[in-house]
Amino acid sequence: MPRLIFAIFLNLALMCGLSAQAQDAAPDAPDRSATGGAQTLEDIMARQRGEAVEDSFRSTATGNPEGAAGIDQQLGTLGGVSDPEIWRALRYNSADIRVSAGGEVATVLVQDGGMSWLAFRAGPLRTYGGWLLLGTIAVLAVFFLVRGRIRIDAEKTGRTVTRFEFVERMAHWTLAGSFILLGVTGLLTLFGRVAILPYLGKDVNSLLLIGSKWIHNSVSWAFMLALATVFFMWVAHNIPNRTDLVWLKQFGGIIGKKHPPAKKFNAGQKVIFWSVILFGASISISGLSLLFPFELPLFAKTFGILNDLGAPQLLGYDALPTSLAPQEEMQLAQLWHAIVAFVLMAIIIAHIYIGTLGMEGAYDAMGSGEVDEAWAHQHHSIWLEEVQEKDRTSAGKAGATPAE
Amino acid sequence: MKAMLAGFALIALIAVGADLTLDGVGFSAQDRNSGTAVRLN
Repeated sequence: MPRLIFAIFLNLALMCGLSAQAQDAAPDAPDRSATGGAQTLEDIMARQRGEAVEDSFRSTATGNPEGAAGIDQQLGTLGGVSDPEIWRALRYNSADIRVSAGGEVATVLVQDGGMSWLAFRAGPLRTYGGWLLLGTIAVLAVFFLVRGRIRIDAEKTGRTVTRFEFVERMAHWTLAGSFILLGVTGLLTLFGRVAILPYLGKDVNSLLLIGSKWIHNSVSWAFMLALATVFFMWVAHNIPNRTDLVWLKQFGGIIGKKHPPAKKFNAGQKVIFWSVILFGASISISGLSLLFPFELPLFAKTFGILNDLGAPQLLGYDALPTSLAPQEEMQLAQLWHAIVAFVLMAIIIAHIYIGTLGMEGAYDAMGSGEVDEAWAHQHHSIWLEEVQEKDRTSAGKAGATPAE
Repeated sequence: MKAMLAGFALIALIAVGADLTLDGVGFSAQDRNSGTAVRLN
């Protein structure tokens, strides 16, 4: 998993054109003597073919103000930098830009990394993200056809036990509802141009995007609050223990007919819990960075920490860039936000399946909060025994209380 | 079912509250990304 996360980091960095090392690895520079050192047709053709072009011959050709002719000399008023040199300096963000407002962000006048970000967002992000979600649904559909619904083996007892209290269910539904809203509005934002606009027109797409933006920005606070609440509410029940190994060995009874013992949460639910907490936290942090543009840059520092740890070298890569333009920080935050969100959406689709269609009686746990004892015995036998023991103890104490 | 509806109501409440609060303290997108010279209202 760390290797995968690092690979995503690295690919994002490379795709945004941030790695100077990638440029070093470019093919041998062509002979530019015919153009006096300026770019050649071969340079242009190579760029159009999408090849990495070593362009230090341009990025460093930004003129020399010190070399300007004196004002009292011929051509003195022209200064030491030509127009092409000024534009190159702007293009490579080396020009000395001073602005009266807008801070560091406003000093970046040309940010060509934005094109790489746009290409990634409109290409691989949409393609692989979309297939991940559709693939998850397809796999679940096949699984349902093969395995069918997981039924309660024993006869229902008619006696119920409280699985989740009101406050627990309310926190769960706040988290679930907000995540679904965020997921739908996020997908509309990402896919609206290709999935809505061509069929329903610009006006409908625009309306959906404006609404999606408000919902996404505002509902995110409910998600973050519910995420923190759910974490503190259930973390104690989600610490891995030896029971989980038994549960995992038997595939939790999902495959086959065995139903391994489990406490309040089985190993599968713990995987869901920690996925929601860790991926949800990551989405929240990158989301905050996007909610407050340029205020919370994350990636240059993260890359610096990874470099210090030697992570890139360990995997055979060069050091990650630690100096990023504010816009690059936002572009990386947006891509990371979307990639992690796609992964979590796929996990949650599986969670919704098993909590509704996939398992008889599972929805009651979050619906009414009351589950049949037969269901509880089948899926959470240790927890049921604990609850029943607690009930017996409290009943015994109440029975032992002398009448007044 | 009541817990679900209460959760959804809480989402709406927090969303509207967050929007009004951030707007009130000057964190609206308009306030953050435009100067007084170009603001339309």
